[in-house]
Amino acid sequence: MMSKAKVKRIVLSVLKYMTLIFGAFVSVLPIVVCVITAFKTPEEYATTNVMTLPQSWTYFENFIQAWKQANMGVAFRNSAIILVCVLTGSILTGSMLAYVLSRFKFKGNGLIRNMFLFASLLPGIAMQVSVYQIMYSLGWINFLPGYIIMMCGTDIISIYIFIQFFENIPDSLDESAIMDGCTYFGVFFRILFPLLKPAIVTVMILKGVGVYNEYYTANLYLQDKNRLVTVATSLFKFTGPLGNQYNYICAGVIITMIPALIVFILCQKQIYGGLAAGAVKG
Amino acid sequence: MSNQKSLKAWVQSGKVNRKLCIFTFMLVPVALLVIFTYIPFIKMIGFSFYDMKYIGDREFVGLQNYVEVFTRKDCFQALKLSLYYIAASFIQLGLALYFASVLSFRVKGSGVFKGLMFFPYLVCGIAVGFIFKFFYTRGFVLDTVLQWCGFNLEQLPYWLKDTSINNISVAATSIWRYMGQGMVMFIGAIMSVDASLYEAGDIDGANSFQKFIYIILPNIKTIIVLNMILSITGSLSVFEPPYVITGGDFGTGTYFVIMNRLAHESQKVGLASAMAVVLLILIMIATLIQKGIEKYYFGVGETESIREVRKRKKRLEAEARGGAQ
Repeated sequence: MMSKAKVKRIVLSVLKYMTLIFGAFVSVLPIVVCVITAFKTPEEYATTNVMTLPQSWTYFENFIQAWKQANMGVAFRNSAIILVCVLTGSILTGSMLAYVLSRFKFKGNGLIRNMFLFASLLPGIAMQVSVYQIMYSLGWINFLPGYIIMMCGTDIISIYIFIQFFENIPDSLDESAIMDGCTYFGVFFRILFPLLKPAIVTVMILKGVGVYNEYYTANLYLQDKNRLVTVATSLFKFTGPLGNQYNYICAGVIITMIPALIVFILCQKQIYGGLAAGAVKG
Repeated sequence: MSNQKSLKAWVQSGKVNRKLCIFTFMLVPVALLVIFTYIPFIKMIGFSFYDMKYIGDREFVGLQNYVEVFTRKDCFQALKLSLYYIAASFIQLGLALYFASVLSFRVKGSGVFKGLMFFPYLVCGIAVGFIFKFFYTRGFVLDTVLQWCGFNLEQLPYWLKDTSINNISVAATSIWRYMGQGMVMFIGAIMSVDASLYEAGDIDGANSFQKFIYIILPNIKTIIVLNMILSITGSLSVFEPPYVITGGDFGTGTYFVIMNRLAHESQKVGLASAMAVVLLILIMIATLIQKGIEKYYFGVGETESIREVRKRKKRLEAEARGGAQ
């Protein structure tokens, strides 16, 4: 005979797993259906129910079509360039600023911190109404380097993560290096920057996800869709006349997801850690 | 030669080197901040008083644009839509908290569940849009699943066209996308709770539910409240889901969708700027409330929360009175 407590525990644990399975099912279902649809031939797509499995899992024509129609070769190249440049730029500027703000006491230190804090309150999309005008007068519409420079504008979360990290590195390390005749630049580049590695990984993940997925500004400032399309904007090709061809659209969606999936599988731990760290400070 | 050497020595000397370092290291980030945030911010406030396009003449109209923001049907309607997204984000936080606390205890396959529920966060917004356009299409995914559950297709609404339900459908996609992120955040917060508290709970024979109420919740309430308020500001600035899924048609245009349409399609830059300024003021108010709540309930940094101070004061007063009697 099972005791009452034991029965209760088993029931609760069954309920717990049921909610978990339901949660996972809802999270995955929309994506799985996309995968199914991406492997269907046009006839199959037109005649079978969306949930019916495709006849062959090796029918790649949709992917080839989506790749070509959405100009994804160019899109991946542009997105890669943007990612590398923006991440390098914002990590360098962000960590340098954090170094100055956390290590030196000078007039205006607090002011600059507050300026960044206030800027983080301004909603990005609202600001684009007038940023567009500035980009326009700089002649930076359809100009990739200009777009990259704009995206480098460091956000407060990465600066916070760097400042937090600097505060955990003892000042005595800097001081002894200065005693040995190292300049402040040397202290930063030779001694502190290499120690920042974990913080850099966190910032790379937080900022990288944002930059790779950025749609609004990419669409606004990189309007030449033949030359300057990015992965996020490439999908917009599928609105309009192609809007009902879901076998192509799903293939396109899956293609854009693959890099995210690979990064996720490779650096799951860092991604979770980065998000938790970003949240506590945000 | 000697001149060069002295220049080098001068640059390397402590004080100069320090100033130079501060200057060069701050130059780029501060310049970027000023060019892409503060100049546009000031310009935006200026624009909001004009009737203007990006190019061409402008006419000063005073507060006319602000009056229009509150009297135009589409703008004001859009503000009300935020309520759907606020509701959605509260549901999202609730689910995230539930799954986070379940997954922080021993669960078989927790890594897999966590991964599956988190992955939607990494899908780009526009892909999410297409996925759900497909998902909600008549007779497609959602309808099929509901038919398996015994519903008739005729009973089901058009998820994206029926104005009584389409905002819920669109808002639900942001639950799908961001729930996992919230969950991972909460798991991080729960993990940072002192492990000895759980051990103490085990010794006292607390079950999981009691551990949640008495150990987890009090320790992570700061993060929960902060996220609730962040979700309000987030809900005011929803853009991608309605923009991609419905294009803002059938009454699903959120504030930003309308603003984007005014700014870049009808080129009513003045009105769009006024909308941005109004939104900004709303966000500031929400943030001030957030700071107030933070100070009142949790205290900032080392300082105690106002509530604690008041409680103690009352207690002391009561004791003093009790002593006097």
